[in-house]
Amino acid sequence: MLTYQNTYLDDLVDLPNTLDHMLEDLLGSQNFETLGLHSVEGVWPLPQSITSSPERYPLNPQAFYFTYGSQSAAQEGCSVLDEAFKRYFSLIFPDYSSGYGFLRFSVDKPFTVQVSVGRNDCDSYPDEDSSEQYTLSVSAGQAYLKAETVWGALRGLETFSQLVYQEDFGSYYVNKTEIEDFPRFQFRGILLDTSRHYLPVQAILKTLDAMAFSKFNVFHWHIVDDPSFPYQSRTFPDLSAKGAFHPMTHIYTQLDVRRVISYARMRGIRVLPEFDSPGHTQSWGKGQSDLLTPCYSGSTPSGTFGPVNPILPSTYKFMATLFKEVSSVFPDSYIHLGGDEVNFSCWKSNPDVRAFMLKMGFGADFTKLEAYYMENIVNLTAALNRTSIVWQDVFDYHERIPKDTVLHIWKGVPASYEAELRAITKAGYRVLLAAPWYINHISYGQDWRNYYTVQPLNFSGTEEQKKLVIGGEVCMWGEYVDATNLTPRLWPRASAAAERLWSDEKQTSDVDKAFPRLKDFRCELLRYFSFSDNAHGIPITHHRTLFYEVCLTYTDASVSLRLQAGYPGRASLCRTLQTRVPRCLIITDHVTFLSI
Amino acid sequence: MLKFVSLLLALSCCQGLHHNNIDDYVEAEPVFQASKYGSLWPLPQKVQISEVSFKLSSASFRIVDAKASSAGPSCSLLQSAYRRYYEYMFGSAKKQWGSKNNRRSDPSDLTELQVWITSPDSECDGYPSVTSDESCEYLLFLVHVMFYRSLETFSQLVSEDEYGAKSINATIINDFPRFQHRGILLDSSRHFLPIKVILSNLETMAMNKINVFHWHIVDEQSFPYLSRTFPQLSEQGAYHPYTHVYTPADVKMVIEFARLRGIRVVPEFDTPGHTQSWGKGQKDLLTPCYSGSKPSGSFGPVNPILNTTYDFMAKFFTEISTVFPDGYIHLGGDEVDFTCWKSNPDIQKFMEQQHFGEDYSKLESFYIQKLLDIVASTKKGYLVWQEVFDNGVKLKPDTVVHVWIGGRSDKEMSNVTAAGYTTILSAPWYLDYISYGQDWQKYYKVEPLNFEGTDEQKKLVIGGEACLWGEYVDATNLTPRLWPRASAVAERLWSAKNVTDIDDAFNRLSLHRCRMVERGIPAEPLFSSYCLHEYKGV
Repeated sequence: MLTYQNTYLDDLVDLPNTLDHMLEDLLGSQNFETLGLHSVEGVWPLPQSITSSPERYPLNPQAFYFTYGSQSAAQEGCSVLDEAFKRYFSLIFPDYSSGYGFLRFSVDKPFTVQVSVGRNDCDSYPDEDSSEQYTLSVSAGQAYLKAETVWGALRGLETFSQLVYQEDFGSYYVNKTEIEDFPRFQFRGILLDTSRHYLPVQAILKTLDAMAFSKFNVFHWHIVDDPSFPYQSRTFPDLSAKGAFHPMTHIYTQLDVRRVISYARMRGIRVLPEFDSPGHTQSWGKGQSDLLTPCYSGSTPSGTFGPVNPILPSTYKFMATLFKEVSSVFPDSYIHLGGDEVNFSCWKSNPDVRAFMLKMGFGADFTKLEAYYMENIVNLTAALNRTSIVWQDVFDYHERIPKDTVLHIWKGVPASYEAELRAITKAGYRVLLAAPWYINHISYGQDWRNYYTVQPLNFSGTEEQKKLVIGGEVCMWGEYVDATNLTPRLWPRASAAAERLWSDEKQTSDVDKAFPRLKDFRCELLRYFSFSDNAHGIPITHHRTLFYEVCLTYTDASVSLRLQAGYPGRASLCRTLQTRVPRCLIITDHVTFLSI
Repeated sequence: MLKFVSLLLALSCCQGLHHNNIDDYVEAEPVFQASKYGSLWPLPQKVQISEVSFKLSSASFRIVDAKASSAGPSCSLLQSAYRRYYEYMFGSAKKQWGSKNNRRSDPSDLTELQVWITSPDSECDGYPSVTSDESCEYLLFLVHVMFYRSLETFSQLVSEDEYGAKSINATIINDFPRFQHRGILLDSSRHFLPIKVILSNLETMAMNKINVFHWHIVDEQSFPYLSRTFPQLSEQGAYHPYTHVYTPADVKMVIEFARLRGIRVVPEFDTPGHTQSWGKGQKDLLTPCYSGSKPSGSFGPVNPILNTTYDFMAKFFTEISTVFPDGYIHLGGDEVDFTCWKSNPDIQKFMEQQHFGEDYSKLESFYIQKLLDIVASTKKGYLVWQEVFDNGVKLKPDTVVHVWIGGRSDKEMSNVTAAGYTTILSAPWYLDYISYGQDWQKYYKVEPLNFEGTDEQKKLVIGGEACLWGEYVDATNLTPRLWPRASAVAERLWSAKNVTDIDDAFNRLSLHRCRMVERGIPAEPLFSSYCLHEYKGV
């Protein structure tokens, strides 16, 4: 323990730095520098423009502050930023536990991150038009973060946190840096599938955290599907009571959903719900009779059911009520309506459906029936003032859909999705690309390279057409994924797509250059995860558990400062240094200096 | 192999046992049906489950030593296992029954599991081994290990209804493993694996009746084993000299944790290839490669022509033989690249002196031969990868040849056993290779004895190992990637040859996977489904 009399500690401002330098000297000679993996290019995804210099500034958690700029439209009390400051403080100083660990002779010069935003949108939700642009300027003692919106400020805070690094000796630094940044695509999503396996809310929240680290901004919640219906509806509670895997433990209550939405909002992430129909609805039928089409074998019902029954008025009444609820629960302006993979064999078998086909003049073309159904559903959501997203199947079968519908491409190899991009944008629709990022498909080796080298705009079309590509989405379908393997399967593979969707394609075309950066970023993710949760199987790599031991011997004019550094349980390295220290300081015995 | 099996799982309840005989006919059941064998995994050799069901209550249920058992309360190994399995079965039951109030035992309650170790010596303080020279000990080992396996089996018979009440059906099980070597290889060199991860996987191995942990502890990339004799090996060769090493205490902990679960720890120190990391801390151990007439600065396999190499190996393996109590050491011997040896003029000269001509596999054999003599002098048996056999190295008769090269592994099995060597199979079970879908079925369908050979030859196959090489695996993804895929291998190596119904396997494995999840192991799902208790460790 440190004991002293007469505190003239201000005179000792330089002592910590002296110690750091000695340690550097000491440990650097032992080939430890390989462990300090810091590179200034460490920001992932790569900002649009970044310049940094070797000049660096120490950060001390006891003298580190976030403040609002005086011109900022948002000031203290802004929920999104106030919380973000707390969160990022912990992310920037993951080893810092209050009260213990930092024994400093004096308080370093303070470092302030001043945040200014142009609009006070603290209480709103991020939406399709939200600007995420920001500029960040780091200089001595101060960093200026300027953004149009709080969402842009969140992206800038993430970047700042990635600029800070820790030396092997425990001190934090940030280099002099200038950044101007904005996303290449407005829509950068991740799909999680909570129907094929139920994902506990904790797993979703953790994914939202990780999404923010990679600057994803849309959580596409594929909440229900054939296997189960975990969404607990206010208006139709039977849907989950009978359609969930378990009516009590495997559902998302209204409270759960609100929690997810609010957690996402705090991280600048939109929550886009998908209620896929008319296919992929087996679980709906359990709690809502007459919703699904009864399949026939010959002239009698077989007892099995097919897609949603498109010929009954009750179907549309049900859907109108359900989507009215959905639009009141989920604040986002988009609703995903699905519309993929409709199997026609059951419709074909049903005599009533066939009679309806005849009446409507559809002939034997069941795609027309599907189109009829989707048109009705899209109109329902349009009436609720929501933009519809539908899977590409809807476009493929039916080009007569409202112009503001967004098409979601999920099928095929580059040649086929490029053709689809061309066709859809030519027809004037906005489009979202997911086909190359079906990340639930796994294979041996570094498949992140495939996700990284996608070129979303590599199709022949006019500039106008290319502007209709609003972004892309990483899909983690749930057949083989639940809370046991979601996180390691998603990260850092999804991060490869994150850079493709955020960064400039020319600056990030070299996958080999990305490799070391992504490796570092992964290690950072591990640090965050181990920080936010210790119970999980993600390793806590204590890569810097060294200790300092400073032994000072007081003599008349100088102090002999003997410094030891090493790792617990191991022989320590030692060096003695003569230095002038103010005579007022009397230190007895050893000082154990846990600066980690 | 298993000529004599003695297993006793005695159930006793207040009213004695009622047995209902049920026939053994198994019907192929469609997916998602409950198996008539419930969640048993791997399937015991003989099971009869009757309709008679007993309730189990955490308040009254006890696991006790049978009167005639040779193990008593002093056998801490058993006592700790009792506690472990009690907690597995009743989990959070403590909360339910706060006090031991006088809850009267119902006649239909099962109140006791008696464990009867029938052999005269319970071997509580020994290590599980396969030193089959002493057939007596061998028998003990079986009984000893059996005991664990039976506790695991018992815990698997316990079922829970939707209100959390536990019950067990009257059951008669007679069980023994089909193969004696049922292993899992973990690679702690390509990525360092924290001790915690190794321990939790040992725990999971026990749940799957795996009995060998093959610890591929060092390789090219890093040397995390902290050697007392040569501490510079890990100081220079580990990813990090302090945080990414296994200290003697760590190694001891792994071995003891494994012992308490009836698992052998077989370490692998692979030479002469796969040794880049050794060279960092041990000068002159590796062969200097030449480019033209000058050393290129890079190094190849272990240098086989220097006496110092063998001095080093003798000291090193003396240490290893004392640190690891198992009767076997894995010596590697795979994938030796000859280009560096070829480039080195000293080696060329040596080749001439030894009349090896241009055949560098003879030089490899020369090295391995000397190494085997060194290890044999430590009284240990050894395993080697198949190349050592392929290259015609003279092996001790009890050498175990480890078959790993895919494609024609059946041919290799046939050759190895024809030459009279015992063998273990890994070629079809490289679990580090991942693909989309239910690849566990592929591992499950392997039949290890499916090669041309006599019955005598087949008896030489003592088992197999699932290998999880570490290029793309560390603590973040190891457990879900290994389980339940390795469980498929576990059943293949434990259960009878005719247990091949893939639908029934799916049904049981789904439940077995959920049981692992409930016990806190993040074992990944087989397909769209759910577990009553989902993984909480998020």
